[in-house]
Amino acid sequence: MKSKLIEVKDLKKYYPAKKSSIIGKTQYLKAVDGVSFYINEGETFGLVGESGCGKSTVGKSIIRLFDITDGEILYRGKDISKLNGRQLKSYRRKMQVIFQDPYSSLNPTLTVEEIISEPLDVYNIGDKGQRRERVIELLEKVGLNKDHLGRYPHEFSGGQRQRIGIARALSIKPEFILCDEPISALDVSIQAQVVNMLEDLQEELGLTYLFIAHDLSMVRYISHRIGVMYLGKLVEKGPSDEIYNHPAHPYTQALLSSVLEPDPKMAAKTIKALEGDVPSPLNPPKGCRFVTRCKYAMKKCYEIEPKLKEISPDHSVACHLY
Amino acid sequence: MKDSLLEVKDLEVTFFNRNGKVRAVRGINFDVKKGEILGIVGESGSGKTVTNLSIMGLLKGTGKVTKGQIIYKGENLLNKSEKEMLKIRGNDIAMIFQDPMTSLNPVFTVGNQITDVIMRHQKLSRKEAKKKTIEMLKMVGIPSAEERYNNYPHEFSGGMRQRAIIAMALSCKPDLLIADEPTTALDVTIQAQILELLKELKEKLNTSIILITHDLGVVANICSRVVVMYGGMIMEEGSVEDIFYTPLHPYTKGLLQSLPKTGGKMKERLIPIKGNPPNLANEIKGCPFADRCPYTMDICREKQPKYYYDGENHRGMCWLLDKSINGKGENHEE
Repeated sequence: MKSKLIEVKDLKKYYPAKKSSIIGKTQYLKAVDGVSFYINEGETFGLVGESGCGKSTVGKSIIRLFDITDGEILYRGKDISKLNGRQLKSYRRKMQVIFQDPYSSLNPTLTVEEIISEPLDVYNIGDKGQRRERVIELLEKVGLNKDHLGRYPHEFSGGQRQRIGIARALSIKPEFILCDEPISALDVSIQAQVVNMLEDLQEELGLTYLFIAHDLSMVRYISHRIGVMYLGKLVEKGPSDEIYNHPAHPYTQALLSSVLEPDPKMAAKTIKALEGDVPSPLNPPKGCRFVTRCKYAMKKCYEIEPKLKEISPDHSVACHLY
Repeated sequence: MKDSLLEVKDLEVTFFNRNGKVRAVRGINFDVKKGEILGIVGESGSGKTVTNLSIMGLLKGTGKVTKGQIIYKGENLLNKSEKEMLKIRGNDIAMIFQDPMTSLNPVFTVGNQITDVIMRHQKLSRKEAKKKTIEMLKMVGIPSAEERYNNYPHEFSGGMRQRAIIAMALSCKPDLLIADEPTTALDVTIQAQILELLKELKEKLNTSIILITHDLGVVANICSRVVVMYGGMIMEEGSVEDIFYTPLHPYTKGLLQSLPKTGGKMKERLIPIKGNPPNLANEIKGCPFADRCPYTMDICREKQPKYYYDGENHRGMCWLLDKSINGKGENHEE
């Protein structure tokens, strides 16, 4: 049995929003409202959902980029959600991030060598010569070479920049990497290169990923288990093949049917579109949050919020239909 | 060929800057037929957007059309004055852009912005134009259009803004709509809605559409013909079936292979196209794809390939398709 590297229990993150009047109560935007899941060591957990559903907030909460409102974040069984800056430092070394935009996540005034060795400087690892050696080793690992050491980010294409970002994340040998939409800014022909590389690195170094994306076909490809989020809630979670072959929640079904197959024969005559927009997270519907767009909505759905229920091994769904 | 609405002939676009010139579009030919949706596929820097900005006469700054013709209804748009182009844009050819957040002016109401367009192009009174605006908003599926007329863009969601922009683009009944990555900034569920809307409007108004995208899923679902661009050239052109089932060019094949297969249970490893797109500031002698192609032969780096036809309407630009030299590149495959 694999052990759990990260476990999130009832995670909540509220942001204070505008007051309705000067003496009125502060309203809260519930970006993440009670999310629980775990990630096994050496596995990839995919988090999908539309923009504004809270998937990035979950990721950033786990690596403690900010304080959470409530809940627990267990790293190898130890709750890190209440640790302060200094106490967190040893955990930060184990958790790294790859960001979406390879253009804004690299400092344009630093050379590639400086960018990749910066984490090593921060943690005082090795002397100058050893750091350079490590940087070259990392560059080779991500398909670049030592000729690139003195170059600046603007000399590279999007895919190459993303590789530099990955090399930086790997420099201090983390156990866990948060991949926040790492391929959505890349060209189609480059996406596969980066995804393959992430897989190879996982196998070689035993890395654990939280892979956040909105491209469902890529998420299925790379993830072992998947969670589907809607308006701050996890509506379904389970093994990725199970989610794709037997989606249970009406929202998951709708998401999957709006994936456009790159195959003209499979393209349905009319695209089955989900109607309407996501409601404002400031004022989510009572009961089930998906009720305004759900074609199976019953009376119960407007009143009682459904809880996650296991419908087959490790596959749970939050819907009154089950 | 008789029912072509727009013909692009041997078009070349070059950007001149301090460091020399960048040949963004290098001699391309294609046409758009009446009532069809033509997809232009390519990665960033392949020249797809520059081509379409040239059609609209919207090339700015250092970019110039250095060669070729753009024939619209028998007339060359490149010979038109700016004043004449002002009339053509909107009335005959309209364009919608990728980002619905920045395409609308945030300080005017959505309704007003559309009304202004209609007044300007159709010489209607404000009252009539407003009526027409509400009609258009209803047509693109904006609920309670009368009230929404007075909303500002920030009060619309992303999908609704894109609907409003489509309403604006179609308000003067153009014959050709150029949609530049219209769904890239939207969520998948909203993307499906917008594509369905474009399909529907095409049927209703018989508008021809050029859809620029990098998403092969979008192409498969909505286009009837496809042009594949790479390095400022057309690598392949054909019907969707041609492109997806019998691709001629290694680049097209590579694109299709690099996508994850859905449906199947077995996990097959992705096959990426190696390398990076070419830098167009450098002169490319042969085929622009030569550096990344698994079948590269000597001739590929020296001489630009010709077009070879598989049937009347399916063509590819690749030396492998030349029967007389075919086969020599096979051993590069691994």
